Amino acid sequence: MEIASIINIGLGLILAPLLQGVINKTKASFAGRTGPPLMQAYFDIIKQLKKSAVYSKTTSWIFKAGPVVSLAAVLLALAIVPMGGQAAPLAFPGDLLLLAYILGLMRFFTVIAALDTGSSFEGMGASREVLYSALAEPALLIGLGAIARETKTISLSQIMPRAHFFSPEIVLVVAALLIVFLCENARIPFDDPNTHLELTMIHEVMVLDHSGPDFAFILYSSSLKLWVLGLLIIGIIFPSPAGSFWLLYSMISVFGLLLLAVVVGIIESTMARLRLARIPQLIIAAGSLSAFAFILVMR
Amino acid sequence: MSFILIGLSVIIAGGLLALIFCRNSQLSTLFGVGATLVGCLMAIIPVLKSIFYGNAETIHLVWDMPYGSFFLKLDPLSAFFILPIFVLSMMAAVYGKEYLMAYRDEKWLGISWFFFNLLVVSMAMVCLANNTILFLIAWEIMALSSFFLVAFEYEKNDVRKASWIYMVASYLGTACLLPMFLILGAGSHSLDFDVFSKSLSPSMAGICFILALVGFGTKAGIMPFHVWLPIAHPAAPSPVSALMSGVMIKTGIYGLVRILSFLGAPPLWWGWLLVAIGIVSGVFGVLYALAQHDLKRLLAYHSVENIGIIVTGLGVGVIGWSANMPVVAALGFAGGLLHVVNHALFKGLLFLGAGSVFHNTHTLKIDHLGGLVKKMPFTALSFLIGAIAISGLPPLNGFISEFVIYMASFQGAIEMSPNAAIFLISAIAGLALIGGLAAACFTKAFGIVFLGEPRGSAARNARESGFWMIIPMMILSIVCIVIGLTGPFVIRMMSPVTGVILGSIHSGEIQTASNWLGYITMGSLVFIVILAAIAGLRHLLLSGRPVENVLTWDCGYAAPTAQMQYTASSFAQPVLELFKFFLRTKNNITISDAYFPSASKFESHTPDIGSDGIYKPIIRTTTNFFRQLKIVQEGRIHLYVLYLVVTLLILLFWNMR
Repeated sequence: MEIASIINIGLGLILAPLLQGVINKTKASFAGRTGPPLMQAYFDIIKQLKKSAVYSKTTSWIFKAGPVVSLAAVLLALAIVPMGGQAAPLAFPGDLLLLAYILGLMRFFTVIAALDTGSSFEGMGASREVLYSALAEPALLIGLGAIARETKTISLSQIMPRAHFFSPEIVLVVAALLIVFLCENARIPFDDPNTHLELTMIHEVMVLDHSGPDFAFILYSSSLKLWVLGLLIIGIIFPSPAGSFWLLYSMISVFGLLLLAVVVGIIESTMARLRLARIPQLIIAAGSLSAFAFILVMR
Repeated sequence: MSFILIGLSVIIAGGLLALIFCRNSQLSTLFGVGATLVGCLMAIIPVLKSIFYGNAETIHLVWDMPYGSFFLKLDPLSAFFILPIFVLSMMAAVYGKEYLMAYRDEKWLGISWFFFNLLVVSMAMVCLANNTILFLIAWEIMALSSFFLVAFEYEKNDVRKASWIYMVASYLGTACLLPMFLILGAGSHSLDFDVFSKSLSPSMAGICFILALVGFGTKAGIMPFHVWLPIAHPAAPSPVSALMSGVMIKTGIYGLVRILSFLGAPPLWWGWLLVAIGIVSGVFGVLYALAQHDLKRLLAYHSVENIGIIVTGLGVGVIGWSANMPVVAALGFAGGLLHVVNHALFKGLLFLGAGSVFHNTHTLKIDHLGGLVKKMPFTALSFLIGAIAISGLPPLNGFISEFVIYMASFQGAIEMSPNAAIFLISAIAGLALIGGLAAACFTKAFGIVFLGEPRGSAARNARESGFWMIIPMMILSIVCIVIGLTGPFVIRMMSPVTGVILGSIHSGEIQTASNWLGYITMGSLVFIVILAAIAGLRHLLLSGRPVENVLTWDCGYAAPTAQMQYTASSFAQPVLELFKFFLRTKNNITISDAYFPSASKFESHTPDIGSDGIYKPIIRTTTNFFRQLKIVQEGRIHLYVLYLVVTLLILLFWNMR
């Protein structure tokens, strides 16, 4: 493990909540508001860490385990995704599967923690979450499979430096990954993080009953998840050759992630959330884009 | 090798003693369980030896049976299938001691223990037999003994029906095996497996393959031959369901793999067919599982799903074999077969967990349960471990085998020619979808049964099961965790096993997979360390702060009842709605439209497309056809005498010609 990959992880740990701030600032400027401060996500996490917790009498240890497992899982995911052409600390053939499945473990625990409250509200969110993520999984893996075939490797840390953005296949994959990114992170058009207490919510509703440090862990894990899945897209779009200028390329990656956050902000400002019945169609469209990319790569 | 024979004899002897003392439930249980434990422990020694050292042993005894011989062979492939049989049998026997005792006033338990022991021995014999006649006899004893175990509660109408359906399906499957063995043995004087020629013409080999797929596939429960499985498995008592779902259906996989090893290098279309069947079984198995309201039926459909994953792995292996890519071949078979063992462990565990729930609540209706994690903490914990494992999530064993299958597919998908790669990427997509839906199904099963508030008095008054039911579940949970963390070592054992199928040992390829799994183990360990650190941090943060316990927050509504919770049916509804074209769920809603509405009613039922769409029409047509034949045979004796006369006359004229 080299110093570069440690620093990259450090960048993720420190800067991840910033992405939320950038998204919200972008949305605010579109709406002509001042918006919350750029660092609002940090303030929220720190505030929650300082608080005490309130638990429902219905809940058991599962409810308390949920946020802990989520955070641990996403931290492992952070160690798998490469940044700026530098191999990740945990890079090996097949690491993309560990990435997809460790995020699956995170989801599993978020969902059962939600069901532990016995609230039908949270049950609703849980039920939607599992459906949409089950559909998003094939889109993600076929898309990565297409780039893997193009670059002839199965390790993210080797795929990323070798991917060339200027080919139609990669454009398709990036489009598919962007849809998966928005779905997995519960952004518009799948889910609106601003609408607390609406029947159409997915992710926010599952964590309604968490409070205090537990909720801080959840906020931090969702920031990190945004960062990790964002890096997948950025690693393909931005050139990131492995080499000695790693710090420069890391900075380019950070810049790319901030740009991605602006794009997400623009999407959220210009689009409305889809009707629930339409959401599976959009995810299946992402799967089709991935499959089409794979067919193109096979030529 | 002689240890195996002695061990199996001990198990049989125990079963016979249990039968003799069948009126005394204590004594017969003692004989049944004791003999299974002692016998399995003895017989497991040569099995382990064969797996670790990769050697084969044979026993050839004289047997006065035409074309038959008492020819047993223990090679790594059979050993690999026998190992989970013995492990799970021991666990199910210990568990069954307490579980079946609840029936001691109504049943003679000795009879059940006799068939239980017979089932264990016959399953082992199926994997050991090296002669067609011996194999088929063991195969039939296995079917019959499990038939009697399924019919345990024969006084119930649907149990009787389930056991008959099981019986018929078993025989239909065997009907395909007979011609297959005859083709394989044609031209030689004996029906020993060793003499089966590897030089069948491609078309003959294809016919053999199809017959094996239908015959063994029926036992394994691949779609569309699965219809008996979700009916028969839930009807049996839980330790028997665990045994049937965990290991008995795997004898079908064993048969299929064994036949593949006789047929030699396969053509590509076999692989395509296997992958297609695997994905269809997997996706539809899990979708039907999601639609179930009965916990054991849900688990039974998951067996169809996991058989799908296993068959997909075998298909990937066959594609690699025919395209001459040893990595894909070795890893496809290794992953598929490793999933056989893993599924035996976690499915056995889950069925025992479901049995523990039933033992204490007397219901398996998911929507009537809830909140059991507080009443039955150990059952809940082991069910959770089984649920994570079956969803294929790290750091447990389900992920290890699925990872190996994935990697075989990825290797092929990035290097092979398009006509093979397209099937491998479909395998990847299929596995991903199956994994996601399995997680959906098990968050539902675990979440609704064990979490939240109890939805009825049965769940409210539940207590934890006794020591002897907890221990087997705990052991199986620990094994699931251990395999999940020792992937690199476990996969290396697959080298001799895949060697038996492929004809040559591919230790290099297996070693590569072992290296990859080393990283998985490292990742899992890092994950566990981080987990512990965060849990510690949370504890530190919360210590000394006041922690409040209040009602679940329902938007200010302060008097929620257990009925207001989300149910399993509502949890699964979006998925069923999305796939309604295939599933055809029927909803039955009764809403009173009075001004002050009283009770309303909602029912949903998802019929199996296999039984309603395929088998019922076929059976109806066949029945109608034979009904036409009744004109010939309608029970009047003078008509029959007329037939005799006419036949005699025809023969007479025939002869005079």
